Amino acid sequence: MMRADLELIYDWVPQGAHVLDLACGDGTLLETLSQQKNVSGYGLEIAPDGITACIARGVSVIEHNLDDGLGAFADQSYDLVIMTQALQALRRPDKMLDEMLRVGKEGIITFPNFAYWRHRVHLGIRGYMPVSKSLPHAWYDTPNIHLSTFNDFEHLCRDKGLMIVDRAVGVGDHRGHWTSRLWPNLFGEIAIFRVCQRT
Amino acid sequence: MPDSHPSAVTEPIPADSVGLITPEVAHFDTPLALACGKVLPAYDLVYETYGTLNAQRNNAVLICHALSGHHHAAGYHSLEDPKPGWWDAHIGPGKSIDTNRFFVVSLNNLGGCHGSTGPVSHNPETGRQWGPDFPMVTVSDWVNSQVRLADYLGIERFAAAVGGSLGGMQVMQWTTAYPERVANAVVIAATPRLSAQNIAFNEVARQAIRSDPEFHDGWYAEHDTVPRRGLKLARMVGHITYLSEDAMGTKFGRDLRTNDLNFGYEVEFQVESYLRYQGDTFSNSFDANTYLLMTKALDYFDPAAIHGGDLARALAPAQCPFLVVSFTTDWRFPPPRSRELVDAMVSAGKPVSYVNIDSPHGHDAFLLPEARYQAIFSGYMSRVARDLGIREAR
Repeated sequence: MMRADLELIYDWVPQGAHVLDLACGDGTLLETLSQQKNVSGYGLEIAPDGITACIARGVSVIEHNLDDGLGAFADQSYDLVIMTQALQALRRPDKMLDEMLRVGKEGIITFPNFAYWRHRVHLGIRGYMPVSKSLPHAWYDTPNIHLSTFNDFEHLCRDKGLMIVDRAVGVGDHRGHWTSRLWPNLFGEIAIFRVCQRT
Repeated sequence: MPDSHPSAVTEPIPADSVGLITPEVAHFDTPLALACGKVLPAYDLVYETYGTLNAQRNNAVLICHALSGHHHAAGYHSLEDPKPGWWDAHIGPGKSIDTNRFFVVSLNNLGGCHGSTGPVSHNPETGRQWGPDFPMVTVSDWVNSQVRLADYLGIERFAAAVGGSLGGMQVMQWTTAYPERVANAVVIAATPRLSAQNIAFNEVARQAIRSDPEFHDGWYAEHDTVPRRGLKLARMVGHITYLSEDAMGTKFGRDLRTNDLNFGYEVEFQVESYLRYQGDTFSNSFDANTYLLMTKALDYFDPAAIHGGDLARALAPAQCPFLVVSFTTDWRFPPPRSRELVDAMVSAGKPVSYVNIDSPHGHDAFLLPEARYQAIFSGYMSRVARDLGIREAR
C-alpha cells in the first residue's frame, strides 16, 4: 500500500518514463514505478534512513540536499520530476519549482494544504498552530518552513506563467471526496499538482 | 576452522572472523603487455579467498586494495597475529561482505611487495632482483592481471568489484574495460583523478625516498641496505593526509609526552611520537620501489583524459549499478570528488547510488567500522545477493 498521494502520482506517470524523484524517502514510489511501469531514474534524499532503505531495495538514490538546487542535472533531461511532501520544507520553494521545470519536461508536486478546514479550526477557532496527520510536528520542531495553500500554489504558478496540467486532492489515506474536488482549498488535506512550462 | 586449533593464544578468534587463512599463489606464463610499453613475460599473483564459490560461480566478490594494502584483507595468518587483515571490519560471516553468501577474492597487485611479482622479486632475465627495473604498472595493468586471476579461478563474472581509495579506481577501470565481467561496482573514498595537491603530496613522498642516501637509485638491496628514513618520511606525510584535522586533534591535541617543554628537536608532542612510530613500522615492512610505483599508478589514473576530460564518456561502456561512498572529513579524496564521479554517471545514465557518510576519521574512515557505513554497505551487498539469487551457504 502506497501513500494516497503516491498512488495518484503512480497513475500519472507514463510507461517507461525517465524520472527524478526529489525527497524520494524510502524509495517506495520509484521501486513500484520501475517494477510495474519500467520507469528509470534516480531518487534524491537527505535522510539517512530513507537512503539506506532505497539502497537495500535497489533504488538508485543520491544523497543530496535540495536546498543546493539541481545544478548537476542537465536541462530537460527527465520526462518527469516528482517532489512529494518536501516543498514546504525548502528554503526557496519558488526556486525549486524553476529547477524542477528546467531539468524535467513536467513536474508533480504534493504538499500539505495549510487551508484545510481542520487546520483552519486549529488556528482560526482554537488559536493554535495546526497539528494533523499531514502536519504532524509542533511549531517549534517542524521542518516545514514554507507552508502554503492550494490557492497560494496556483497563484505562484500563475505568476511564473506555468501551466497546471492537472490537480488533485488527498484526504487522509484516500483520494478526495467530491467536496474536496469542488472546494480543494477548504476540504483538501494534501494538494497534488502537475505542472509544466507554457509552450 | 579456528575452533579446532589448540587455544594457545590469549584472544580467541572472533566468531565473525573468516578465521585462519593461508595465502595462495597463482603463476601466469602468458606475457602481460603493460601500459608503459614493456611486457612482463611471466608473473605470480598472491591472493586469499574467503567463503565458497557456489555451483553457479556467480557469488565471487573482488577486493581491490589501496596504496599500501595487500591480499590479506580478512582473517588471521596465525593464532599469534596481533591484528586481522586490513578490511576485516567489513569482510566475514554476517559482515557487509558476508562470507556466508559471497566468495571473496583478494590479491596483492603486481608491483607489490607482499608476494606478487614486484620490485623485490627475482628478475629471470638479469638474475638480479627487479629493483628499480621493475616496469611501471598502472591501474589498467592491474585490472588486466586481475582478469587473468579471475580466469584462473573460473570466475566468469564477479557479483561485485569493491575497493576503497586506489582500490576504487581499479573498480572504475573494471566497469569500463570489462563491463560484462562485473555485475556491481562499489567505489569507496575514491576519485576519478588525482588533484594537483594529491600529486604534490605523492611527489614529496617520492622525493623523501629518492633523496635518502641509502636509496642507491633503487638498488638498495644490492647494497644490503634499506632507505628507511625516506620511507618513514613518505609514510609520515602520507599518514597526515589520511587523517582529518579533527581526528588528529581529538587523538593527540597538543599533548606532550613529558610534562615540560625540552626546547629541543627530540619527540615532544604525542602526535610526533605517533607519526614516527607509524613511519618506523611502515619502513620495516614495505618496499621503497613498490611505494614509488604505487604512487605513480595513483598519479597516472585519469580515465577521462583520453575522452577530452569528459568523464561521462569515459564511463559510457559500464553496464552495472554503482555504489559510491565518500566520508565527510576525507580531505585526501574529498566528497566533491566522489560527487563528480556520481554526476558523470548520472549524465551517462548509469544506475548509481551515492552516500556521504558522516565520520570524523578522514580518508581512513573507509577502513573502519561505522554504523551507517555498515548499514549502507551490507544493504547494498544483500541486494546484490538477492538480485543474483545467491543464497547463504549451509
